[in-house]
Amino acid sequence: MNAARAASIVLGREIRAEMRTRELLQTTIVFAVIVVLLFNFAFEPSAGEARRFGPGLIWIALLFSASLMLNPSFAREQSNDTIYALRMAPASSFAILLGKTLANLLFLCITELILLPVFSVLYNVPLLPVIGRLALVLFLGTFGIVVVGTVFSALAAQARLRELLLPLLLLPVLIPLLFASVEATAGLLGDSPTLDRTWMAVLIAFDVVFFTASWLLCDYLLEE
Amino acid sequence: MKRYGIANVVTALLLFFAGYAALFIAPDEATMHAIQRIFYFHASSGWAAMEASLIVFVANVAYLAKRNPQWDWLAVSAAEVSLAFWSVMLVTGPIWAHPVWGVWWTWDWRLTLTLILWILYVAYLILRTLVTDPERRAVFSAIFGIFVFLGVPLDYLSIRIWRTQHPQPVVFGGPNSGLDPTMLKVFFYCSGVMTLLMILLVRQRYKLERLRYQTEELRLAVEEHADARAAAPGLRAGKP
Repeated sequence: MNAARAASIVLGREIRAEMRTRELLQTTIVFAVIVVLLFNFAFEPSAGEARRFGPGLIWIALLFSASLMLNPSFAREQSNDTIYALRMAPASSFAILLGKTLANLLFLCITELILLPVFSVLYNVPLLPVIGRLALVLFLGTFGIVVVGTVFSALAAQARLRELLLPLLLLPVLIPLLFASVEATAGLLGDSPTLDRTWMAVLIAFDVVFFTASWLLCDYLLEE
Repeated sequence: MKRYGIANVVTALLLFFAGYAALFIAPDEATMHAIQRIFYFHASSGWAAMEASLIVFVANVAYLAKRNPQWDWLAVSAAEVSLAFWSVMLVTGPIWAHPVWGVWWTWDWRLTLTLILWILYVAYLILRTLVTDPERRAVFSAIFGIFVFLGVPLDYLSIRIWRTQHPQPVVFGGPNSGLDPTMLKVFFYCSGVMTLLMILLVRQRYKLERLRYQTEELRLAVEEHADARAAAPGLRAGKP
C-alpha cells in the first residue's frame, strides 16, 4: 500500500472517529473563544490596541488550543490500546503520522474558521479585505503547529502527566513559528496591508525543517 | 581512576588561576571598570554551554543510530551540564547588565536566545523524568532533543529579524569592538578552562548515570525473580 493511500485511510478514520462525538472540535473551539474573551476582560483594548495586539492574541489562542487539542491525537490510541492495531497495519509509520497530522490540520483549521469571525466582530478588526493572504499565513502557521504537535503528542502520550507535558514540550519549540506568524499577520492588519516576504520565508523554512525531521524520525516514534 | 583525581585537581588550579587572571591580569576596561571582569566568566560559560548542547545533539543522533544506552547517558549528562552553564549565563548577565545598561534585562537577541535555550533544556530534562521505561525515555528524549536543536537556527533567525524591526535602547558596542590583546588572552584562557570544567562535569555525571542504569537493571531483575517465584511457588525460579 502506498503512503498517500495509507495516509488518507488514517485521515478518514480520524475524521470518522471525531464525527461520532465531535467532542474534540467543540471543546477546542469553545476554549479558543474563551481565550479571546478573557483577553478583552484582562486588557480592555481600544480599537487601535486591538489591531496592535490582535495578531498576537489570535496566535496565542491558537497555540494554546492546539497544545490541548493535539493531546488526544495519540493519547486516545494509548488508552484504547488501538496503538497496537495502528502499528500492525500494513502502512509505514510516516503514513500513519501523516494521516494524523492532516486530521489535526483539518481540525485546527475548522477552529480558525470559527475563531477568526468571532475575533473580527468582538474587536472590530476587519479581516475580509485581506482574507486571501491571511488564509495563506494561517495555513503555513497551522501546518507548522500540527507537524511538531503531532510528533510531540506521540511522545507525551506515553509519559506521565501527558496533558501538562505536551504544552511544555510544544510551546517553546514553536517560538520561531510564533514570531513569524504574528509578524506576518500584523503586516496584514496594518494600515497598508502587506505580506512580509521575510516572515513568510521563516514560516516556510520552519514547516520544511520540521516536516522533514518528522519524516526522518517517525520510525523511532511509533516503534514498540 | 587516579588520573581523574589528578584532572580534577589540575582543573581546580586552572580555574583558580582563571579567577586571578580575570581579576588582576586583565586590564581595566575604560568605561565599565571592574564590573566588566564578570565577562570572562559570563562569556566563557556561554562557550561551555554551547559545547555541551552540541554534545547533547550528537549523543541524541548517535543514540537513535546505534541504540547503545551509553549515548543516552552522555546526552542526559551533557544536557544537565549545559543547563547549569546556561543558568550561569542567565545569572551573571543581569549582574553585569544592571550597572552597565541600567536594566536587569533587555530583549536583546543574545539574552532572548539564551532564555529560550534554557527553557528548552528544562523541558528536555522534565520529559526525561516523566517517561518511566528506560529505552522509551532514551528514544523520546533523543527525538525531542533533535527537534530542539533543529529549532535553534530558526530561533536565532527570527529573533534577529524581530530585533532589527523593533528598535531597542542603544547599548554599548559590546566586547567585540576592539578588544585589548591581554583581555583576549585572558578570555581565551578562561574559555579553555570552562570547557575543561564542562568535560569533567559531564564525565562525572555520566558515571552517575551509568550507576543509575545498572541499579535499575538489578532492581528489575530482582523484581522479575520475585514475580517468577510468586507465580510458581513450587518451583525455584533461577538460582537462589
